[in-house]
Amino acid sequence: MTTALPLAVKEETNSGIWSWLTTVDHKKIGTMYGVSGVVFFIIAGFEALLIRTQLAVPNGTIIDADTYNQLFTMHALMMIFLGVMPMGAAFFNWLVPLMIGARDVAFPRLNAFSFWTFLSGALLLTSSWIFGDAPDVGWFAYAPLTEKAYTVGQAMDFYAVGLLLLGVASTVASLNFVVTIINMRAPGMSWFRMPVFVWMIFVVAWLLILSLPVLTIGLVQIYFDRNFDTNFFNPMGGGDPLLWQHLFWIFGHPEVYVLILPSMGIVSEVLPTFSRKPIFGYSAIVFAGLSIAVLGFAVWSHHMFTTGLGPVPSIVFSASTMAIGVPTGVKIFNWLATMWGGSIRFNSASMFSIGFLALFTIGGISGVMHASPPIDTQQQDTYFIVAHIHYVLFGGAVFGIFSGFYYWWPKFFGRFLDEKLGQIHFWLFFIGMNLTFFPMHFLGVQGMPRRIYRYDADLGWETWNIVATLGSYLLGVGMLVFLYAVWKAYKSEPDAPDNPWDAPTLEWATSSPPPEHDFDVVPVVEARDPLWYDRDNNITREKTKDEHIHLPPPSYYPLLISIGLLVGGIGMLTTLMISALGVLLVFYAIWGWVLEPTS
Amino acid sequence: MLSIMKRKTVFSFSAIIGIFLSACSSWQTDPQTTVNPKSDMAYLIQDVYVLVSWLALIVFVVIMFAIVYISWKFRERPGVEAQQFHGDTRLEIIWTLIPILIVVTIFIPTANAIPKMKSDPPANALQIDVVGKQWWFEFKYPELNITTANEIHIPVNTPVAFNLESTDVIHAFWIPQLGGKVDMVPGHSNKMWFTPTEARKEAYLGQCTEFCGTSHANMLFRVFVDEQDDFNQWVNDQQSVAIPAQSELAKQGEALLLNNVAFISENGSAVGCVTCHKIEGTTAMGMLAPNLTHIASRSTIAAGVFENNKENLIKWISNPSKMKPGVSERTGGMPMYENYLSEEQIESIVAYLMELQ
Amino acid sequence: MSEQAHSVTGIDSRKLLMWIFLASDCLFFGALISTYMIFKGNINNPPYPTDRIVNGEFFHGLLNIPLTSASTFVLLMSSVAMVLAVYGAQNNNLKMMKGWLISTIGLGIFFLLFQVYEFRHFLHEGLGISTNQFGASFYLMTGFHGVHVGIGVIILISLLFGTFRRNSLGPDTGFHIETAGLYWHFVDIVWIVIFTLVYLMPY
Repeated sequence: MTTALPLAVKEETNSGIWSWLTTVDHKKIGTMYGVSGVVFFIIAGFEALLIRTQLAVPNGTIIDADTYNQLFTMHALMMIFLGVMPMGAAFFNWLVPLMIGARDVAFPRLNAFSFWTFLSGALLLTSSWIFGDAPDVGWFAYAPLTEKAYTVGQAMDFYAVGLLLLGVASTVASLNFVVTIINMRAPGMSWFRMPVFVWMIFVVAWLLILSLPVLTIGLVQIYFDRNFDTNFFNPMGGGDPLLWQHLFWIFGHPEVYVLILPSMGIVSEVLPTFSRKPIFGYSAIVFAGLSIAVLGFAVWSHHMFTTGLGPVPSIVFSASTMAIGVPTGVKIFNWLATMWGGSIRFNSASMFSIGFLALFTIGGISGVMHASPPIDTQQQDTYFIVAHIHYVLFGGAVFGIFSGFYYWWPKFFGRFLDEKLGQIHFWLFFIGMNLTFFPMHFLGVQGMPRRIYRYDADLGWETWNIVATLGSYLLGVGMLVFLYAVWKAYKSEPDAPDNPWDAPTLEWATSSPPPEHDFDVVPVVEARDPLWYDRDNNITREKTKDEHIHLPPPSYYPLLISIGLLVGGIGMLTTLMISALGVLLVFYAIWGWVLEPTS
Repeated sequence: MLSIMKRKTVFSFSAIIGIFLSACSSWQTDPQTTVNPKSDMAYLIQDVYVLVSWLALIVFVVIMFAIVYISWKFRERPGVEAQQFHGDTRLEIIWTLIPILIVVTIFIPTANAIPKMKSDPPANALQIDVVGKQWWFEFKYPELNITTANEIHIPVNTPVAFNLESTDVIHAFWIPQLGGKVDMVPGHSNKMWFTPTEARKEAYLGQCTEFCGTSHANMLFRVFVDEQDDFNQWVNDQQSVAIPAQSELAKQGEALLLNNVAFISENGSAVGCVTCHKIEGTTAMGMLAPNLTHIASRSTIAAGVFENNKENLIKWISNPSKMKPGVSERTGGMPMYENYLSEEQIESIVAYLMELQ
Repeated sequence: MSEQAHSVTGIDSRKLLMWIFLASDCLFFGALISTYMIFKGNINNPPYPTDRIVNGEFFHGLLNIPLTSASTFVLLMSSVAMVLAVYGAQNNNLKMMKGWLISTIGLGIFFLLFQVYEFRHFLHEGLGISTNQFGASFYLMTGFHGVHVGIGVIILISLLFGTFRRNSLGPDTGFHIETAGLYWHFVDIVWIVIFTLVYLMPY
């Protein structure tokens, strides 16, 4: 039909490095997201351990001030953008098509492009360590500290360009999954039969689609301020530092829900399975998720209560922030009601989910506390907030993710993660987490500010700091246990049956691991929990394979475009001539992409 | 296994409560505590804080108990089947109303406190202009014509109004026991006021709480709340011009310090103490760095980080970046005078400074 | 060609993708326009967008409203041409489609050329991107809009070449042109907003 460019992939390969580089299979892409996510999670965790080691005693001398500032900045950036988000992406890449009964996402090549662009941005951002110029202004990067006058060197350019690339990746992935969820559902999979997890991903994708462009503009403005002498955020030239705060938090607050909602989705799948009963108040949970998303766009200024916000906006943003507590509360009650009357099996997956419930609740409660501006003026930028965000993001998001790992590992790889190791991992994480972060509430009440590399003795902060540091080491050990469990599973024989947990959702209808085409027969969905419906009505699903399963062929072009974008980004850090090269490469790859036969 | 798990859960649960209670007791006395208010504004905040904390504790206990109870009661047991039900509209409505009720209970006192917190200061308030700089605070009493740094005195039971600005990056002004924090945003001018209710000898500790660069951790300040008489005395002292050097060593130091061009710096410009510092009644008229007219009257140097004594002053002048990372001549900060002056010279300067009571 | 296997809603996935992308782009321009509006009252040094007297000295305004109205009209007309091109595609009228597609491209390029002229004129008058807040926010906002128009032109040219190569109107060609049309109209609407806010609203 058209002449393909010389680079077009001619043969399909299923193994080897090339199969990974050119894959458009949502499962392989999911695995790559997962592996990169876990790797960056470990690096970011290591940064956290260094931070805790420095703070164990007053006047710590292990790390100097500048390195410390780089560490806490990169810890946040890497955990959020390179750790938790891609681990969430691993789950939605793997699960959304399987859960809605599709053979792939709507745009498989675009999906590969998202991953490679994510990796490009991640490597660019991380490479700032290698050049000794990691961002050191906090992940929120408040102007004018980010202006050239105060941050010499290229740290902020790494930040801006890295996040721009990551933003492109997330936006494209989100577009892809929204379309997939709208258009690719199997016959009978109506909106209100979709698993809660899919709903939550739908919400997450919309949040990203509508919030990332705002961050993009902010990043472009930082970049222009630093490289083309504009004054968007520089008060000396008529700019306004608060403009950055608004742009950043209009993105930044929805981002918090981007991190937590996938885990809420995971918990909503794990709890019913191991309680042996359907989720309680399905539509309430879904609508609560939707209202959290909508409200999430109307609360950003609660990060700015101390900036001199007038009384009326303070009251309004306080009200909208507190309002989020309502759907969150509804969700927690519904999860509890899901467990009520059940026959709860305790294993690593369900324990992490129940852990999520407890820890996320604590984070939610402290969140409502500083929704009140008077209280916020005493808590903002203290360790109380550090405690709060870690209860939400570690106790919440990360516990949900690990619950998901233990739950879906047999589906993904056909092998179980060791149950005993899993429980050790859980207790190390649960105890370590509470030892690390609960005392931080106290430190906050005692007036210890965040982002300080040292503190004086005799302020009463010593005890809780040493406790927190010890707790963080437990978390490190817990992570080692998890890695050992992964290694053990990797070495073991694949022995997982199709549906080992007697779970209700469609992904358990196919083999473990699923074939490349996901389902031999595109499933027809009769009820909200299709496999339990089958079980209760003694239906056996047909196993004969469809004759004509058409899968998209692998392609180099997604990778090539991402490399082009990376080169473009490197150019933005060095000389714009290199950027031009990158743009040329992008054009070439798009050209090839368009002309590449997909059938 | 289950009973072990349950015991562990109960153990860690009660451990948390235990930790919580033992921690409560020390909060009141910690030097930088946020829960021992000593001004009208701090009390205003405290009232909301206490209410919300109790509610938070109740919700915490109820939900944690529910999680443990449900996990235990409905654990997998042979012969017990899970009950199959999907939802209950009445329950849904009830537990939508419960959080709404809690949130409204929190919101009403919040909305009540905000206008008071953000109200204009009374007309008789003592005005203090604060400028945040990397990494110290400059304080000016415009009505009293006093300029000082990192340490202020205010009279008890008199409203004090702060005008908060910054000349470089964003800082935040926070004295936990006297009120909530307010950011110092360059290009903006923020207000804050309170009436301190308790005079005491020890300082109320303050700290910058918006990350502001390398030495953010080293940006502290102290507020002394004095009885009115003590305050008047302090004002009197501060308003006087600097006394001439007394001792022989101090005289040498004075001459050295006031010598406008002490040396030529790395980048070729003429630099000396007086380029940046001001000492009222002398030729030192610099405006960029802390006013030294009464430096010896302050309890700390380097923005509240080190005790103000001879040893520390010598260390500071010799190599400030050793005491406070990020201070650099290249970015307009205090130079390393050990590169320009001999040990004896620095000692003589310190001798002079120590006389500036 | 198509990557979509099936569609639950009956809307082609690619068109859906375009719609949702445009929703995202709304926020992109929303942030740019907000920036412009915030700095509108905060232009402290010349050149100014409109005539202004500062300390008794008269400064001539930069904006040339009649001229930009003309270029705005050109862009509006390109949208009309786009509608006709889509109409041609839907009615399998290759000649009509090609003709109007070329017109759309031509009008789009004319608009871009005008923008280049305007930028050059402003630069000549002393308004650089770092001169004042008007320069920074104006160049960034209209520049990004220009980039959008430019990408639109490139897409339309590619589609035009596609029709030359095949010389027949497959179902996909018409579809592609329709989807590109969505994008084109969106970019056009954004310009109306920018034009109203920058040129028509009084300072």
